[in-house]
Amino acid sequence: MHPAFSVIFFTVTSGAGYALMGLLALLNFLYLGMLIDKSTFFIISSISVILFTIGLVSSTFHLANPKNAWRAFMRFRTSWLAREGLLAIIFYPILFLYLYFVFIDYQIENFMFMQMYSCFILFLSLLIIYCTGMIYACLKTIPQWNTFWTPVNYITIGLFLGSLLLFLLLILNNYNVEQYKLHLIVIIITALTTKLIYYFNIRSPKHNIGQATNAAIKLKNTSVRLLDVGHTGGTFLTDEFGFKVKEKKLLRIKLFSIFCGFFAPLILICIYCYLYEDVLLCFFAFILAFLGMIAERWLFFAQAKHVVNLYHGSQNV
Amino acid sequence: MKLGLIVDLDKCVGCNACAIACKQWNTSGTSGSLSDYRPYGPDPSGVFFNRIRHYEVDSYPNNKTVHFPMSCMHCEEAACVTVCPTGASYKREEDGIVLVDPEKCMGCNYCAWACPYGARELDREEGVMKKCTLCVDRIYDENLPESERKPACVMTCPTTARYFGDFDDPNSEVSKISSQREGQELFSELGYKPVNKYLSPRKKVEIKQHEVKEPDLVKKVKDWVNKVVEL
Repeated sequence: MHPAFSVIFFTVTSGAGYALMGLLALLNFLYLGMLIDKSTFFIISSISVILFTIGLVSSTFHLANPKNAWRAFMRFRTSWLAREGLLAIIFYPILFLYLYFVFIDYQIENFMFMQMYSCFILFLSLLIIYCTGMIYACLKTIPQWNTFWTPVNYITIGLFLGSLLLFLLLILNNYNVEQYKLHLIVIIITALTTKLIYYFNIRSPKHNIGQATNAAIKLKNTSVRLLDVGHTGGTFLTDEFGFKVKEKKLLRIKLFSIFCGFFAPLILICIYCYLYEDVLLCFFAFILAFLGMIAERWLFFAQAKHVVNLYHGSQNV
Repeated sequence: MKLGLIVDLDKCVGCNACAIACKQWNTSGTSGSLSDYRPYGPDPSGVFFNRIRHYEVDSYPNNKTVHFPMSCMHCEEAACVTVCPTGASYKREEDGIVLVDPEKCMGCNYCAWACPYGARELDREEGVMKKCTLCVDRIYDENLPESERKPACVMTCPTTARYFGDFDDPNSEVSKISSQREGQELFSELGYKPVNKYLSPRKKVEIKQHEVKEPDLVKKVKDWVNKVVEL
C-alpha cells in the first residue's frame, strides 16, 4: 500500500494523544484525584488535546474531497472509519466536561461519580485507538492488516508513546515518578513484544495467484502468468496499491524502527531509572520513540499488499 | 432483482472494446466525466471502469491465453458499501447495483482498499470515487429500443462474450448460462458474494506430442549387426 504521510502522522500522534489522556485519567482515578495539581493537569491534558487534534486534522489531508469530511460520521453502524470519526468528535465535549469538573474540584464532593468518569475517559480513549486499528484490521483484502494483532499494536504503541510522554511531563513538572518506572518499562516491553508477534504473524503470504485467477478460470494447480496488464501507463490501481519497496530497504527500516523506536528508549529509560537521573534522557527517549513509531507505521503500510496485486502479476500477497 | 454480468472467457478475445465503450458511454453518463490525466503528455492516464488483463495459463503444450475483463462485481455483500463512512456508497435495494453518490463522497479511498477486484477508481480531478454503474442510465431508458437496454460493454462486445441480466430470475438467460456452464465467482473465499460470473474456458483439445522412442533391444542388435557387416 502506498504510505500516505498524513495518515501515518495521524495514527501515531492521535494514538499517543488519546493514550496520554487515558493514562492521565487513570492516574486521577488511582490517586483519588489528589496526586496531580490543577496546573499540571491542565498542561498534560492540553498537550494531549493538541496531539490528537493535529492528528485528526492531518488525517483529512489525504482526502480528495475534504469539503465532505463532515459526512464521515454518518455510517457508524457499519464503518470503522465512521466509528473512529464519531467517537473522536464526541470525545471533545466529554473530555472538556471532565476537565471542567476537575478544575472546579468537583471530585471532592462527587467522588464516586468522578472515579467512574475517569474510568470512562480511559475506556473511551482506548476505544478510539482500537477503532483506528480496526479501520485497517477489518479489510479482508489486505492480509497483513486483517489480523487481531493490528488493533492490539495500535493500542500498545499508543500506550507506549502516551506513557513515555506522561513520564516525561511528570518529571518536567517535578513529580516523583519512582513508582511508575517499572510500569513504563513493562509497557515498552509489551509494545515491543506485540509488534514482534505481528511481524512474525505476517511473515508468510496468505493469498496466491492460484486462488485469485484460477478460481475464475477453474484451472486449479496450473501456472498463471501475466502477459499484459492492458494499460500502457500507470492507473489509480498501480498508484494506490502497486507500491513496492526492496526487501533490503524494508529490513533496514524495520531494524531502525525496532532499535530506535523500542530498544533505544528502553535503554535510555533504564539508565534514567537506575543509573543516572537526567531529564534529557527521557526527552531523547520520547523523540527516538516517536521517530521509530513513524517508521513503524510507514512499514505497516509499505508491507501491506492488497489482493488486487494478484491480478497484476504478483504471485502472492 | 440481482442484475449483473457474465463474461465468457472462452469467447473473449481481449480486444478492449468493452473498456472503450464503457468509457465513451460513462464519460457523458451519470458519473461522468471520466477524467483523463495528461492525455497528450508523456505518461497519459485516466479513469476506467473496466480493465482487461491478459494471462498465459499452464505451460506448453497445454498453454492458453486467457483474456480477463474485470469491472465491478456488484457484490451482494459489498465491502465497499460496508466500509464507506459517509454513506456515499450504496447498494440499490431494487436491482442490487452498487453506486456512489458524488455529492456525499469525500474521496478517502477506503472503499477502493476494501474492494478485492480493483473496481473503484478515484477521479483525481473531481476528487470523488467512481465505479461501474452497470449503465444504470441506459438499462432503464425507455427511449431506447428494448434490445439496446443493456450496459455499453455488453452491447459492444464483438464476440458476444458478455451477457447481462437478472440472476434472481431462474429463467433469465444469465441464470441459465451460469448454471449450465458453472459460472465462477472471483475471490469467493472473501465472502463478498460477487454477482458477476465468469465462464471458464472449455478444455482444450490435447495436442499429441510425437516423442522419439528409445529403440528396443532387437533393433539395437540389428543395427549393430548391420554396422559390423558393412565393415
